[in-house]
Amino acid sequence: MVGWEDNVSFKATAREINGVTVVDLSGRITLGEGSAMLRDLVRGLLDKNTTRIVLNLGDVSYIDSSGIGELVSGFTTVKNQGGELKLLNLTKKVHDLLQITKLYTVFDVHSDEHTALSSFRPA
Amino acid sequence: MLLILRLEPESTRSLMAANSQRIVATLESVLDSVDLAEDITRRVACASGFEDDDCHKLGMSVREAVINALQYGNKMSPEKQVRLTLVLGPDKLEIRVQDQGEGFDLKDVPDPLAEENLLKSSGRGILLMRSFMDEFDVVRAAEGGAELIMAMRYPSSRPAGAEAGGAHSRDK
Repeated sequence: MVGWEDNVSFKATAREINGVTVVDLSGRITLGEGSAMLRDLVRGLLDKNTTRIVLNLGDVSYIDSSGIGELVSGFTTVKNQGGELKLLNLTKKVHDLLQITKLYTVFDVHSDEHTALSSFRPA
Repeated sequence: MLLILRLEPESTRSLMAANSQRIVATLESVLDSVDLAEDITRRVACASGFEDDDCHKLGMSVREAVINALQYGNKMSPEKQVRLTLVLGPDKLEIRVQDQGEGFDLKDVPDPLAEENLLKSSGRGILLMRSFMDEFDVVRAAEGGAELIMAMRYPSSRPAGAEAGGAHSRDK
């Protein structure tokens, strides 16, 4: 497993399962903290040619519009490189934000890790 | 980080509706002001009787408003400040966030729900504020700059079973 952590509360650990990288996120994804780390995280994965990514948001306590923006940015960047970025275990708050912003139907959202892993196109 | 927090003195009470209290915070144009403004708002909201979900919506609305004020209004200029005003009226909590920028018109803000904007990485703050608050508007402040004015009715002032949110521009 690989991890990133900053002084505040954002934390990310990555694990690979069957060619898919699952990144377990926790804490806050907000302007100036987690959003910048999320951006760097996705960029770092792409630099290593990791293009099949699941972001597990089950322990994300708070996300603002900047955090939503980074999720969108990560989604489009991965897609433009021929990959897929999916979301897993949305909390009610994150779910509601994605509904309000009409992004819920843009992302491929799952509530079960096994289903998320099985949903990727064959490599 | 400079924070000037004041409660309106008794002498100005005549300018406000009866049973109102006003809290004014003057914030520097630094990112830490965002968390501070949100924290102040959540504490005031929860002390005023709002439930957790509404406190979250109020705090997040202020967060988005202050981010806009810092980034787009004041352009993170250290000489400029943001003024956060919380007015606890008889039936609603009114919040004003004023910057020292050029001001803007709501009609000029791109619609983040439009297909061509859906996958942009920014531009959703006003949408979220309008979704969370009962009232929302933007005016040009007398001293210049933009002033966001938004409000949420107290739970006791809403129709039975109604949730906060779905703001429309205030009537002038």
